[in-house]
Amino acid sequence: MGDIILESASILESLCAATKDHAVVATPADAVDRMPPRWVAMPDSTEQTAAVMRVAADHDLAVVVRGSGTKLSWGARPERVDLVLDTTRMDSVVEHAAGDLIVVVGAGMRLDDLQAGLVGSAQWLAVDPPRSGTVGGLIATAATGPTRLLHGPVRDLLIGVTVVRADGVVAHAGGKVVKNVAGYDVGKLLTGSFGTLAVVTQAAFRLHPLPEVRRWVSVPVTHPDGIQAIVQDVVHSQLVPTAVELDRPATGDATLSLLLEGIPPGVESRTNAALDLMGIGATAGDEAPGWWGAEPLVGGEVLLKLTHEIAGLAHLLTALDDVCAETGFTAHLRGSVAVGAVTVGLAGMAGRVDARTSALFSCVESLRERAPSFGGTVVVLEAPGDGKVDLDVWGPVGGLQLMQAVKRQFDPERRLAPGRFVGGI
Amino acid sequence: MDARDLLELIEQLRPLLGDDAIITDHQRLRTYECDGLTQHKVVPALVVLAGTTTHVATVVRACAAAKIPFVARGSGTGLSGGALPHADGVLIVMSRMHAVLDIDRANQRAVVEPGVINLQLSREALPQGYYYAPDPSSQQVCSIGGNVAENSGGAHCLKYGFTTNHVTGLELVTPQGDVVQIGGKAVDAPGYDLLGAIVGSEGTLGIATKVTVRLTRTPEAVRTLLAAFPHTDQAGAAVSTIIGAGVIPAAIEMMDALAIEAAEAAVHCGYPDGAGAVLIVELDGPATEVEHQFDQVEAFCRDNGAFEIRIAADDAERALFWKGRKSAFAAVGRISPDYIVQDGVIPRTALPEVLRRIAAISAEAGVRVANVFHAGDGNLHPLVLFDDAVPGESDRAEQVSGAIVDLCIEYGGSITGEHGVGADKAKYMPRMFSDDDLDTMQLVRCAFDPSSISNPGKIFPTPRLCGEVPGRHKGAHPLADAGIAEVF
Repeated sequence: MGDIILESASILESLCAATKDHAVVATPADAVDRMPPRWVAMPDSTEQTAAVMRVAADHDLAVVVRGSGTKLSWGARPERVDLVLDTTRMDSVVEHAAGDLIVVVGAGMRLDDLQAGLVGSAQWLAVDPPRSGTVGGLIATAATGPTRLLHGPVRDLLIGVTVVRADGVVAHAGGKVVKNVAGYDVGKLLTGSFGTLAVVTQAAFRLHPLPEVRRWVSVPVTHPDGIQAIVQDVVHSQLVPTAVELDRPATGDATLSLLLEGIPPGVESRTNAALDLMGIGATAGDEAPGWWGAEPLVGGEVLLKLTHEIAGLAHLLTALDDVCAETGFTAHLRGSVAVGAVTVGLAGMAGRVDARTSALFSCVESLRERAPSFGGTVVVLEAPGDGKVDLDVWGPVGGLQLMQAVKRQFDPERRLAPGRFVGGI
Repeated sequence: MDARDLLELIEQLRPLLGDDAIITDHQRLRTYECDGLTQHKVVPALVVLAGTTTHVATVVRACAAAKIPFVARGSGTGLSGGALPHADGVLIVMSRMHAVLDIDRANQRAVVEPGVINLQLSREALPQGYYYAPDPSSQQVCSIGGNVAENSGGAHCLKYGFTTNHVTGLELVTPQGDVVQIGGKAVDAPGYDLLGAIVGSEGTLGIATKVTVRLTRTPEAVRTLLAAFPHTDQAGAAVSTIIGAGVIPAAIEMMDALAIEAAEAAVHCGYPDGAGAVLIVELDGPATEVEHQFDQVEAFCRDNGAFEIRIAADDAERALFWKGRKSAFAAVGRISPDYIVQDGVIPRTALPEVLRRIAAISAEAGVRVANVFHAGDGNLHPLVLFDDAVPGESDRAEQVSGAIVDLCIEYGGSITGEHGVGADKAKYMPRMFSDDDLDTMQLVRCAFDPSSISNPGKIFPTPRLCGEVPGRHKGAHPLADAGIAEVF
């Protein structure tokens, strides 16, 4: 016992040495999906991060990387967490080459701060996820927002990374030019890896010019088939929308909204074309609908991510309605229906607290059984309390053996967020 | 592979693939000795013409069992020796697998076999108002499987991205011979982004046997202009002005005087006389935007010193503009017996400076360099001209070529923008990446191909010994096991 206290003190000392005294004993607020860590280290550079990872390796510490913590509860609950590696001191712009439309930033940089800094150059990093944390968190979770339709997912905008491996080795991949096929694209592999392969300390992104004007065109919609028909009309049209979003509350009318961006004469003519195409009740405005780009209202309950084939939308909506009718949940769906990635908030389990987990279990299972009809997948991002513990939050995964092999190569000791990712990775 | 291994392998494969799919005759094997990079030649021990996924999986499994290297080959148009055979290995030719399996307009996807020719896919999708966006200059002959291996780009990737941005699913035969489905028509399959690792891995992580790609809506309007400038400096400045104004053209291509001379000699494209540089700028998208921005681009070209601007009146004229550009590599053969193509990338804003330095390197070495490039994304294709028959010229050309690579790295760029590393540029990788960087990339290699039999010798100058990773799977933390974790 005394030895353990001594060891604990010496670990903290080592972490402090690695970070120039930016390591502390964790508090309950540092819990990762209810798992309490023992320490928090806040390195301010790639070198310090490497030193922290070497301490973790020496003392066999399980490490969870944290940015601003907005999506830290996503994924499965880690098996163990000894150390939270907080990246938020690595928050500077390393390089912004406006003429080349690229930026290199520390992983702990807040996305909002980055965007604010780019406005002066009339540029932006073309991502707009509902939970805006750090760029490191953006990469780790492959967070997605409406404008992905036109600009692509985060992985397409990431052009270079600096990482610290689980063994403390520092490595780079990619670079700071958009067009580059030298070597493996490790950045893509890390995007959406939920911090289980390596610690990203710096990232290079391609940027886009800010549009001169934006217009939203919205129309109330009801039946799944009708919604899909409009989405099909839009995707096969010449409107070139930046985003196509559906907001479908548990009750009442749903709304389908398009974002059109560009130069004033172009946006005006496309707005008119969109109003014609979307039919009776369609309206245009300079302001985004209130719900635009936000997560569905979940009332503190369950958040799912569903994907679908573009033309599988009606099947997805029907499946969701059927499963909700069976299990007593109500579902609020929002998302990028022309991309095929939506989030669903499940609510309505009040008074059935004990049944919650098992009801959620059957709901998720039923949705997965129906997933072939819409050609997609069902992932549980968040569930209250211990709701996720008995669930396979990720569901079936194609190529799992290859993924496990990748994990074994990058992190053979399972030091980084063990158990958080697919198949127990 | 010794002769006995080879015979055993042939006897194993013959019943399944049939005699006509197995090539052992030396003269016939020689037709596969190189890809589009003809400086490197290796005759493979055996060539197999695969017709199905099962064929591929069987061949690969047999190779894996005997630790025989294999190399997949599509149309063999690659410019980095990525499909260069292995002398003791099997070359698996994919061109018989050339079916377009599904054009799915509603989902904006197509599913194809890897031997499908890039342009053929677009032709099949076109009647439905769609096309396949990545358009390498070799698109009339190159295969989708090869595009996947090399993460091929093309003139229009400035706006539309590369192969990696358009592949949503793969059927992969792993280097162990397993058939694995990755992704599909939907996006964001849970798990690691294996597609991101595989696309562009140059055949070192397995062989794609089916490819699901995004189809892109054909644009409402396309406008193309050709602008002639006295010097590349002005053309470079025009490019910066266009991009700086927030215009993202579908393509901006540049050729310098020597490249123009070659193209004229070869295809008589009729580019303006006396041009030190020409730019081809193409805009596409909604008609109103294109009209407006096209006028802007024209003005930017004039402001930066263009002395002649031609606007393509129709598709035929547009094709003529592009003919000079797309045939430039081959055209150089008209003005030089031999040439080396480089594929370096630099930040776009450094273009004028880097071109001047290339000119200086060229003058100092007495080696001519023609420049043809994707100016919008800073992807240079310097063509270093030489005559192999003249002693010493080939070495000097190689030195100039290496100096240009160094220049790209010095400016924060890359050694290859779209041709791939292959056999040709592996030696340059350490100039761009540290040992630790390369070691980290090879972790991916070890995960997929621990025996290093899938296209070995490409990309990495030194292979990594993968070793056996201990199958160590940790349970709970030892402290928790001991019942004392709560202490903390």
